[in-house]
Amino acid sequence: MERKRLGLIVNPVAGLGGRVGLKGSDGEEVQRRARELGAIPLAGQRAAQALEPIPSEAVELLTYPGEMGEEVARARGFQPQVLGSIEPGRTTAADTRRAAQEMRREGVDLLLFAGGDGTARDIYDAVGDTLPVLGIPAGVKIHSAAFGTNPRSSGELALLFLQGRTGLGEAEVMDIDEEALRRGIVSARLYGYLRIPIHPRLAQSLKVPSSPGEGEAMRAIAADVVEGMEEGTLYILGPGTTTRAIAERLGLPKTLIGVDVVRDRRMVALDVNEAQLLSLLEGERARIVVTPIGGQGYILGRGNQQLSPAVLRRVGKENLLVVSTPRKIQSLGGRPLLVDTGDPELDRSLSGYIQVIAGFRERIVYRVSS
Amino acid sequence: MSEDITRHRYENGRPKLRRFHQARWDEPILFELSRPGQRAYLVPPVEEEIRAEVGDVLSTLPPAMRRPHPPALPELAQPQVVRHYFRLSQETLGTDLNIDVGQGTCTMKYSPKINEQFARSPKVTELHPLQDESTVQGILEIIYRLEQILKEISGMDRFTFQPRAGSAAIYTMASMIRAYHASRGEGEKRDEMITTIFSHPSDAACARTAGFKVITLYPDEDGYPDIEALRAAISERTAGLMITNPEDTGIFNPRIADFVRLVHQAGGLCAYDQANANGILGITRARDAGFDLCHFNLHKTFSSPHGCGGPGAGALGVTRELEPFLPLPLVAFDGRRYYLDYDRPQSIGKVAPWYGVVPVLVRAYAWVMSLGAAGLREVAEIAVLNNNYLMKKVLEIPGVRAPYARGKRRIEQVRYSWEDLYRETGVHSEEIGLRAADFGVHYWTSHHPWIVPEPCTLEPTESYSKEELEEYAAILAHVAQEARENPEVVKTAPHNSTIHRIDHAPLDDPARWAMTWRAYRRKVGGGG
Repeated sequence: MERKRLGLIVNPVAGLGGRVGLKGSDGEEVQRRARELGAIPLAGQRAAQALEPIPSEAVELLTYPGEMGEEVARARGFQPQVLGSIEPGRTTAADTRRAAQEMRREGVDLLLFAGGDGTARDIYDAVGDTLPVLGIPAGVKIHSAAFGTNPRSSGELALLFLQGRTGLGEAEVMDIDEEALRRGIVSARLYGYLRIPIHPRLAQSLKVPSSPGEGEAMRAIAADVVEGMEEGTLYILGPGTTTRAIAERLGLPKTLIGVDVVRDRRMVALDVNEAQLLSLLEGERARIVVTPIGGQGYILGRGNQQLSPAVLRRVGKENLLVVSTPRKIQSLGGRPLLVDTGDPELDRSLSGYIQVIAGFRERIVYRVSS
Repeated sequence: MSEDITRHRYENGRPKLRRFHQARWDEPILFELSRPGQRAYLVPPVEEEIRAEVGDVLSTLPPAMRRPHPPALPELAQPQVVRHYFRLSQETLGTDLNIDVGQGTCTMKYSPKINEQFARSPKVTELHPLQDESTVQGILEIIYRLEQILKEISGMDRFTFQPRAGSAAIYTMASMIRAYHASRGEGEKRDEMITTIFSHPSDAACARTAGFKVITLYPDEDGYPDIEALRAAISERTAGLMITNPEDTGIFNPRIADFVRLVHQAGGLCAYDQANANGILGITRARDAGFDLCHFNLHKTFSSPHGCGGPGAGALGVTRELEPFLPLPLVAFDGRRYYLDYDRPQSIGKVAPWYGVVPVLVRAYAWVMSLGAAGLREVAEIAVLNNNYLMKKVLEIPGVRAPYARGKRRIEQVRYSWEDLYRETGVHSEEIGLRAADFGVHYWTSHHPWIVPEPCTLEPTESYSKEELEEYAAILAHVAQEARENPEVVKTAPHNSTIHRIDHAPLDDPARWAMTWRAYRRKVGGGG
């Protein structure tokens, strides 16, 4: 059998700020301060743990020089093909992006990257959803869903995918403002979606044996939502690939990380903001369709702030539809779905139990908490 | 002084693990063994005088019923066939060989061998379902009597044995619920069926197949079926509740009567999935909890073997109110004779040919009759005691937990989690099950819907002794220790078993799965 090609990028400065309490490692100034405070780079160790389950003879490894992957790959017994060049000790986000682009050009089947949220954003900027990728958690904060639960499980999942034993799902890339976070403010924006392998045990419960990915489950949800669409009603579609599947079923475009509005199978407006929504809603019946953020469970207030308290009150809580694949619900491990609209009273009224549309004519009753 | 010949089995007074090694025959499948012209047994030619008297027998068959070509069967000699199947039988870890408690949710109980003799008696095997009723009074009586016993066990008013599997009975329950609402002019409106995530997965699947929307409840914060979620699910569209209790986690729903009451208040019906009633036999009754329908897998709780995916028997019981909708015919008794009652205008019709899988019914009847009412209750008591004893032993192993309803006992089975051991060692639950096979036991993959991390579902039933349960727990403890000290030996297991590892992916892929040789040739190798 032909050996699969695995790309490996280590962001050597990822996680540098964490141990010394800096809530992140973005920017040269922070990295310098972190080093001064005695921070030791951990990303390499994490990448080594991830490579442990992957037999060196099983894949053809492509990586970047020195601390960006070559060192750890050789330490684990791989004979990697090394691309590009770096300035040791001075790597930046631009190196990560360039490395990812070169690996896509060289043609890898999967790209493993060790880092945090910032690294995930760089990878997204470089390759978008054109290439299957998977994060090895090595950053200070991991808000993005594109990572394995621990380094070892990232490696195991990567191997399963390369062996053709599991399919792909969506994973949110979040943009957390580290400066604001240091001041104690969580400001999260949805940045985009990466395509990552999903755990086969969870995929199994999707009952889509031929393609154990998420696509079939999303199409089933879309069929359900479209079947129930009422004439003349505005449908406000929040960000995400699950809501995109609804637009696809209607034959309409969708802004992946924006909010779009449709009515009677026609596009009304793309990528609207709060003010535009409020003016569209004037005198209209409307429903809002949102999907939770994987692993965290936010349905409102993360990545869809356009759906403001004013918009939500105008539409009414009974017209809020939550769509989610069973895998996403199960990935919460029993934790509730979350709302954080910025209006505590509204958050309280949205709390309680809702029926999540989880497939064609399938619902999951699930708790929402503020 | 005589020598203690059992000494080598003990170490410091405790039994050592079995030094097991399974046979490995690397046996080809029958079609590969086939050679043109090989044959089993030559039937002697018909004597002339007989031929002259009878003529060509085949010519009496209608032309449309004659095969133009012989069937494409493998060609082998009889001893080759015997060897083939004996070899295969040595390569299993079936219930007659191992401590089979790892089949959690489906553990095969002991089926007394004498019951097999009843089922294989010519008095059973030589019957034909089209025989006149007057000539099959005996078997009709057995079916009728078995029904009376199940009525007593469940509290229900009438049973059918027509469904040939648990899921077939569950599908029949869903169909009857629809027929009931339709008869009241609510068939269109009531299209939602409620279940829980840890109910028998067939409840959701069958309701869905029968055309209902399915609403699934997840556990509450304490790990019990969530009654607040139920309240949020109920509406005027509720057709019914299809639920398992205890759930597949072994947790008994303490608010089951409230669940039933809430659904009834909304106008829905309640169906009790008792595919596995092993822990509650003779202790609780579906009717007493208010249920309208229930079913039993006779090939599970009532000891009749599964038959490796069939044939089984799904015994379905209902209240008087739902009786008109039962499949037809029903076996009835008019005080003089047993007969088949086809006069049932509101029946949902047939769900399978004839009256049920008779050998399964015969074995179940024999089993119940040999135990009696007190014996049935004792079955449940020992099954629960066995389970909680095994749970105590298993939870003594570092790295294993019993998620949900923390600190509470379980009924007939437990869904454990090896998550802690996995985090510590990188060894997966599946690998522990495979390594256990090196000691002559195993556990398999009945952990649906796979939301407990690193799951392991064990169900001891009443059929295993204390020593056997201790042996099983000791094997798991040994493997867990190996995971810490020598994870490689676990991750590459099994070593002493027939088959090393198999790739499960084709089993989940319709494009590749092959249940027959013809399908295999078409999909995988060699074309049609």
